[in-house]
Amino acid sequence: MSPVDDRPTLAVWKFASCDGCQLSLLDCEDDLLALAGTVRIAHFTELSRATADGPYDLSLVEGSITTAADAERIQEVRMLSRTLVTIGACATAGGIQGLRNFAAGGEYASTVYAHPEYLSSLDTSTPIADHVAVDYELHGCPIDKGQLLEVIVATLAGRTPVVPGHSVCQECKANGTVCLPVAHGTPCLGPVTRAGCGALCPTVDRGCFGCFGPTDGANTASLAAHLRAGGMAPVDASRLFRTFNAGAPAFREESLAQEAAAVEEGTAP
Amino acid sequence: MTHGGSGRRTVGVEGLSRVEGEGSLRIEVRDGSVTDVSLSIFEPPRYFEAMLVGRRHTEAPDITARICGICPVAYQMSACAAVEDACGVEVGPRIRDLRRLLYCGEWIQSHALHVTLLHAPDFLGCADAVELAERDRPSVERALRLKQAGNLLMQTVGGRAVHPVNIRVGGFYKAPEPAVIGGLADRLRVALEDALATVAWVSGFDVPDTEGDYRFVSLREPGRYPVGSGRVVSSDGLDVTPAGFADLVVEEHLARSTALHATLGGRDTYLTGPLARYSLNSASLPEVARQAAASAGLGATCTNPFRSIVVRSVELVFACVEALRLIEAYEPPSPPSVAVPGVAATGVGATEAPRGLLFHRYTLDDEGIIRHAQIVPPTSQNQGTIEADLRRVAQESLALDDEALTWRCEQTVRNHDPCISCAAHFLDVTVDRRAP
Repeated sequence: MSPVDDRPTLAVWKFASCDGCQLSLLDCEDDLLALAGTVRIAHFTELSRATADGPYDLSLVEGSITTAADAERIQEVRMLSRTLVTIGACATAGGIQGLRNFAAGGEYASTVYAHPEYLSSLDTSTPIADHVAVDYELHGCPIDKGQLLEVIVATLAGRTPVVPGHSVCQECKANGTVCLPVAHGTPCLGPVTRAGCGALCPTVDRGCFGCFGPTDGANTASLAAHLRAGGMAPVDASRLFRTFNAGAPAFREESLAQEAAAVEEGTAP
Repeated sequence: MTHGGSGRRTVGVEGLSRVEGEGSLRIEVRDGSVTDVSLSIFEPPRYFEAMLVGRRHTEAPDITARICGICPVAYQMSACAAVEDACGVEVGPRIRDLRRLLYCGEWIQSHALHVTLLHAPDFLGCADAVELAERDRPSVERALRLKQAGNLLMQTVGGRAVHPVNIRVGGFYKAPEPAVIGGLADRLRVALEDALATVAWVSGFDVPDTEGDYRFVSLREPGRYPVGSGRVVSSDGLDVTPAGFADLVVEEHLARSTALHATLGGRDTYLTGPLARYSLNSASLPEVARQAAASAGLGATCTNPFRSIVVRSVELVFACVEALRLIEAYEPPSPPSVAVPGVAATGVGATEAPRGLLFHRYTLDDEGIIRHAQIVPPTSQNQGTIEADLRRVAQESLALDDEALTWRCEQTVRNHDPCISCAAHFLDVTVDRRAP
């Protein structure tokens, strides 16, 4: 290696999350050492105790903002990053911990902790884009490692990543997987969910449960009406939209609409 | 980071790395004695027990998987076990075996990640696995191959390596075809060779001479090494059901940590994980793993925490041997799952996550809605023992300079593969030492 290291620098940052999306980087087993030769991994605490000062050419940000300290830290990360890419449902939609956004303030903390006063946690879990400018969002719970490599390579090459924007339905068609809702009446979020996983669930006879969040322009109301017509109770339709991407506007609105329907019916828990 | 001054010396590291999650460590030295040690965890709390309330019992595996991207199967398996216990349903042997095979995949990928990419650099003076690869590329490539084999097993049985999709309360959505499972055998045979080579590699690492006085706790399964079921046993004679164990565990919320601290009876710290599993169950390892352990110099028990890297590698051998056995004996469960109607009851499920015992307890109402949830991950249970290790190792290592002492302390934490994402979910080390 030449004395001047002019490789682009990569930083990986963690906020509230499960570590699964940054693990996807370590899961690129065939490409990890090649990647580590092409870029300089300058900050990645899960991998290394060595850390280099910024600025960084590319920052990958995992996790959502749930504390006042993290709301400040993301501002610093933005200032240190030429390009900032958010990875995963926590960073792009607030994650499963965003379920607190639907509860009364402070209710969650007192359920889990004896001394909520020791905590400095916010009553909300919000996506990174609510706090700073984000250059690209990669969706998924977890993200797909192939898409992650594409985003890294494209960003460093200065081009737009090639990541599909269509729904899971098209992946089923491409795979030749029988349509579960049509053939078996299985509830499935495939029509309104962003592709990227490869339609994993339908290949194991399971309806899609929305890991990659809503497609652009997802018609969730129409799908919800179809689910209800198939016998699903509004409270269960509400739960179906309210998981890892509950903070994505299309899923959030539909889960609230179904919850309101349950209240109206008198079937809300 | 080091701070000096008259009468005291402070050493710190901002951001304990190569662990999963965010926490900090502080060690205070006064007049040549370690006077205080605290492992603080400031991973932002995510409130899983609260978000489970009001959800269906069938949703617990997918929601709790999101506690940890490194060991999602552990969460899914403990959640299934707890719900099935509450509902009084037992799954059949084929489902149990397929779950054990999936779990072997998680042990292989998690242990391969920890042993070589996170822990081995400490023993060899490398900042990380990238630097290690510059010196010893074959060892890193071997670990990546092992990790890939574990991930392949998880993908094949579970549908995905991170947050598998094929797991449900009662079993699986779809049983893999025998030919697909059979096709894994060649990869697992290579993985077994790689695991044996890993044991030989790590058994040559220099380790500090130190012994912990541990209260070991693990599951025990009749006649075989514990993974996904069994009674909870300890090195001081405990032998109870998972529900009985859950009743003994007291969790305390301390100001310095968003991970709850668990003790037995509000009093006794204990250790779960590879050292505990091995020391309580080494006799039930398969022959190949027992021979690997013996040739690595391990006895029937292991109380040097720096040798945990060897024990973890022996467990890699075990997981490969066990996976091969299960692959050869595979018969698809039909149907792939049993019905688990919700009933008003409380159930406990305990399984062995790669880093230790993980139990869940759920109380359901008569429609199967979760009314109360408790999740006790290994790192919460191990926190007290990790602090005791730090106190002892720091005291024994005071002759080291600040930088070496700090690194030794980090390594002491990494001996236990703490998963802070699980525990609340970084490690920032501070050693504050005042000279006499």
